[in-house]
Amino acid sequence: MKKKVKTKELELTIPILPNIELLVGKVVSELARHMKLDQNEEDEVKMATIEACLNAFEHSKSKEGKVYLKFQIANDELMVVVRDSGVGFNPEELNPPPIEEMLSGKRKRGWGLKIIENLVDSVEIHSEKGKGTTVIIRKRKKG
Amino acid sequence: MKEEELKVTVRKEDNYAVISTEGYINNLGGEKIAKECYQLMDEGVKNFILNLAQSRVINSIGISILIEIIEKVLEVKGNISFCALTPTIAKTFRIMGLTQYAKVFATEEEAIKAITG
Repeated sequence: MKKKVKTKELELTIPILPNIELLVGKVVSELARHMKLDQNEEDEVKMATIEACLNAFEHSKSKEGKVYLKFQIANDELMVVVRDSGVGFNPEELNPPPIEEMLSGKRKRGWGLKIIENLVDSVEIHSEKGKGTTVIIRKRKKG
Repeated sequence: MKEEELKVTVRKEDNYAVISTEGYINNLGGEKIAKECYQLMDEGVKNFILNLAQSRVINSIGISILIEIIEKVLEVKGNISFCALTPTIAKTFRIMGLTQYAKVFATEEEAIKAITG
């Protein structure tokens, strides 16, 4: 018989406002502490979530000016879903510039998703032009 | 540690300056650091140590401003180093390639020693 996994969930809708991503960061920190993630794991998932929110704020061009978040804890894993109803994009077209290009002043941005990928265990991106983007981040407890 | 507004402290020595931050390094925080650095550069400072011990979170906009600072420091043939980074920030700087142009030290003392010998 399969053991039923207990999940804990929290949903949050945030308006696009300056520094509101810090509130999201605080939620992530609380959940990370509840899961007893170590300080580095907490910092990593917090920074990744903040970055996912910023991507939604900056690039979604969402008319409703909101971002929807869902947090779920199950089996020592924290899942964060960041969803917007903006313009959408093709993740394959993203190409973060190398440091040399950034230093020469040509293009300094475009690293958001790469940063997220390197800080968490997995990232899923579902995006449809004109309909919006959903980013799903997963961070597992290692210790 | 207060996250909302970045606090920047500057300590100017003979041939280097230490800029210490406390809080979230976002666009406004990055600009605050840049303002201090550029003012010090106008005063002739070429060697910079950025102590981020009290900053646990930085975003990609903040990092892009740090890259602008590195660019300006390199233009005047100066040096810039970071110290006391959290493992998460150190990892992010490494991934993005910042560590090819700015050294990272575990402590401020080590960063100072690298300048003063």
